[in-house]
Amino acid sequence: MPIAFPIPDEAVLGRRGEILTGLGQLVAPEALIVSEDERRAFETDALTAYRRMPLAVVLPSTTSEVSAVLKFCAQNQVKVVPRGAGTSLAGGAIPQEDAIVLGVSKMNRILDINFGNRTARVQAGVTNLAVSQAVAHEAFFYAPDPSSQLACTIAGNIGMNSGGAHCLKYGVTTNNILGVTLVLLDGTIVEIGGEHLDSPGYDLLGLIVGSEGQLGVVTEAVVRIRRAAEGAKPVLFGFDTSEEAGACVAAIMGAGIVPVAVEFMDKQTIEIVEGFAKAGYPLDVGALLIIEVEGSDREMEAMLARIVGIARKHNVRHIKESHSAAEAAAIWKGRKSAFGATGRVADYICMDGTVPLGQLSNVLKRTGEIVASYGLRVANVFHAGDGNMHPLILYDVNDPAEQAKAEAAGEDILKYCVEVGGCLTGEHGVGIEKRDLMRFQFEERDLWQQMRVRAVFDPAWLLNPAKVFPLDNRLTA
Amino acid sequence: MTRHNPTSEAEACAIVAEAAAQRTPLAIQGSGTKRAFGRPPQFELTLSSSQMTKVTLYEPAEFVISAEPGAPLSGIVRLLAEHRQELAFEPLDYRPLLGSDGEPTIGAVAAMNLSGPRRIAGGSARDSALGVRFVNGRGEAIKSGGRVMKNVTGLDLVKLMVGAHGTLGFLTEVTFKVVPSPQRVATLWLVGLSDQTAIAALSAALGSPYDVSGAAHLPRTLIRVEGFPDSVEYRLGELRSLLKAFGTAEVLADDTGRDLWGAIRDATVLAEPRDKAIWRISTAPTKGADVAARIARTIDARWFFDWGGGLIWLACSTASAASAATIRAATREAGGHATLVRAPEDVRAAVDVFDPPVEAIARLQTGLKASLDPAGIFNPGRMFPEL
Repeated sequence: MPIAFPIPDEAVLGRRGEILTGLGQLVAPEALIVSEDERRAFETDALTAYRRMPLAVVLPSTTSEVSAVLKFCAQNQVKVVPRGAGTSLAGGAIPQEDAIVLGVSKMNRILDINFGNRTARVQAGVTNLAVSQAVAHEAFFYAPDPSSQLACTIAGNIGMNSGGAHCLKYGVTTNNILGVTLVLLDGTIVEIGGEHLDSPGYDLLGLIVGSEGQLGVVTEAVVRIRRAAEGAKPVLFGFDTSEEAGACVAAIMGAGIVPVAVEFMDKQTIEIVEGFAKAGYPLDVGALLIIEVEGSDREMEAMLARIVGIARKHNVRHIKESHSAAEAAAIWKGRKSAFGATGRVADYICMDGTVPLGQLSNVLKRTGEIVASYGLRVANVFHAGDGNMHPLILYDVNDPAEQAKAEAAGEDILKYCVEVGGCLTGEHGVGIEKRDLMRFQFEERDLWQQMRVRAVFDPAWLLNPAKVFPLDNRLTA
Repeated sequence: MTRHNPTSEAEACAIVAEAAAQRTPLAIQGSGTKRAFGRPPQFELTLSSSQMTKVTLYEPAEFVISAEPGAPLSGIVRLLAEHRQELAFEPLDYRPLLGSDGEPTIGAVAAMNLSGPRRIAGGSARDSALGVRFVNGRGEAIKSGGRVMKNVTGLDLVKLMVGAHGTLGFLTEVTFKVVPSPQRVATLWLVGLSDQTAIAALSAALGSPYDVSGAAHLPRTLIRVEGFPDSVEYRLGELRSLLKAFGTAEVLADDTGRDLWGAIRDATVLAEPRDKAIWRISTAPTKGADVAARIARTIDARWFFDWGGGLIWLACSTASAASAATIRAATREAGGHATLVRAPEDVRAAVDVFDPPVEAIARLQTGLKASLDPAGIFNPGRMFPEL
């Protein structure tokens, strides 16, 4: 069944002219997008199978403009869909007809870098990669690295608590943010956290990160920056079967070795990616691991020797070390372009369940069976070190029956992830995509408790209202 | 005082539901080793985790452990050590400072977000917390998070519960991620550095590629590296060259180093004399020396630094509203906050134990408290008078 959207509020639609006039008084003319052509660029995100045309798009340049817009929307009961770069795979930034889109992409400056404190203060619309680039001259970087890092914003990363390939060692967004400037729905600007650690009182920062734009709009952030290792080396390990690769991951981690990244690709993905990125992946294997080690040359050698020893016990068929920065970049280019490359051969929906490490092989097998039972194909590419799986279910977006099958298969896979002790989403967020599956993971009372917390910030469901919580049986003010 | 000792989550739910109906405040307690921390509670009823002590899940290969709140921390540490694993955040033990006896519980570690020197490298207790189960103020059993390493499903109530000092609910199970224990822990030390210079040295070490996991100054300046022996040896050498400008860094005997980090974690050097008030101040590392110096201008104080200069443990003569104001003004100006860890009960009733929040944050906190504990029965006043 296609994902439902709320029925647009006719009264709000009828007040569109008035609302646009009001917003026009708060921001510069070029910051208010009203024409249908220009609004079209904002009608969806990376969950492109769904789109809705918003009332208007507002792109403020300052925190005080954001505050004025939110205050206006609260007073006039206008819904607001916050947006970073619109790269959400879960439909977290998909608008609705009776809402405005509030985009922070114009607020993209790095405000301060403090290498002594290992922090940077940035505007939230800055891209993830731009933060790393701004500190690269001192060999520092910002650790969370979602595949979309070239485009996605820190604001979106905070909204979804984004991860990435390297979070096995360095943690996800929540572990790398020290403070935010948050604008509440009534326009109040609050500073939460800062350059110090562990603020007193309830952990509002931890609550905000991953709240999917439902609690307020983040306009600035203090992020942790880290000194990069002396060197890093991704190495390819090819196996005949996914089971062998999975068992090898478990054995490496079990030996007390925590690599910087452990990424998995199955045969389908290897073929798709190699055809696109020419990364030098072997085509005669059933599963591939990218394991990255870092440190000095000697440390990497020693670490690799340990890993290779374990891999050999798990029948590794193919080992390829990168010997230059270019080779290393090619290996990562392949992995990071996996979603894009897959998109060139078919439409797909990307699942994001996380499972206990011991369940990896089992869930991979079951995923294959589920997708096959719907007569579809699947490509698996994911973060094996932390059990965060990304089966891409391939289908044809122009065939409604096939789309329904793909969504049903995805649902079955996520239910299975929960059944074996995992969760619906590890790093992409719930958005609209997994909203109606929340009851598989949570009891009604758990959801109600979350909604009560949400209501502290937005009792009238104005902020990103159609996301995360099933549309029925909602807490009302 | 009446004491409830539920043996299960269901029992705890019934007790809480009854207390909520009667609007009877509950003092939440583990083993009571930190009773002297926070604003003094004055309740008729205690809700204790003493009969909920089981480790409910431990999968060494999956790096995850779950336990009931009353499980003694020492037992968990021992169990993990048998599999050469540990908690990443080095939980701080308040017994030396507070002069208390008993076995601290894992529930209190979570409720108080107790983290030690490795906070700056491995994150806080909160960063390691994967999931919680708790009884809310309606007497309902609520879960948030889970047992997997990455989970962004729904609002993250785990973060709220960890560090809430029992004011939002009664924890019935906590799940932490664990890490492999390093095979070698080594410590470099430098002598004779001023606070300012020492923090510059720590900053250089923490800004290096050598994975420093501890950085303290007391008055020796200490830098810790951990990992596989060959790698530790290499990084010690590199750090010694990097720090040449600050003097000759020596390597401590490994055992001495381990003991020393334990003492830093628990601030045992400040435990005596017992009539001194103890403060724990968090600020930006580069501001640490300045904050301490500013306080010392008007208050007779001793202190040392952890977290590369960002954590100041400070002992001063009796806490008073005036000394609290001085300490908080110095901290606020630098950006940060100060917690009153040890003081006589009458002082903790009169002086804010935690930095009072600005109005907008106070409003959110009051709202959150009401959303989880509408009758206001859990540890009221333990953190702030209004919560």
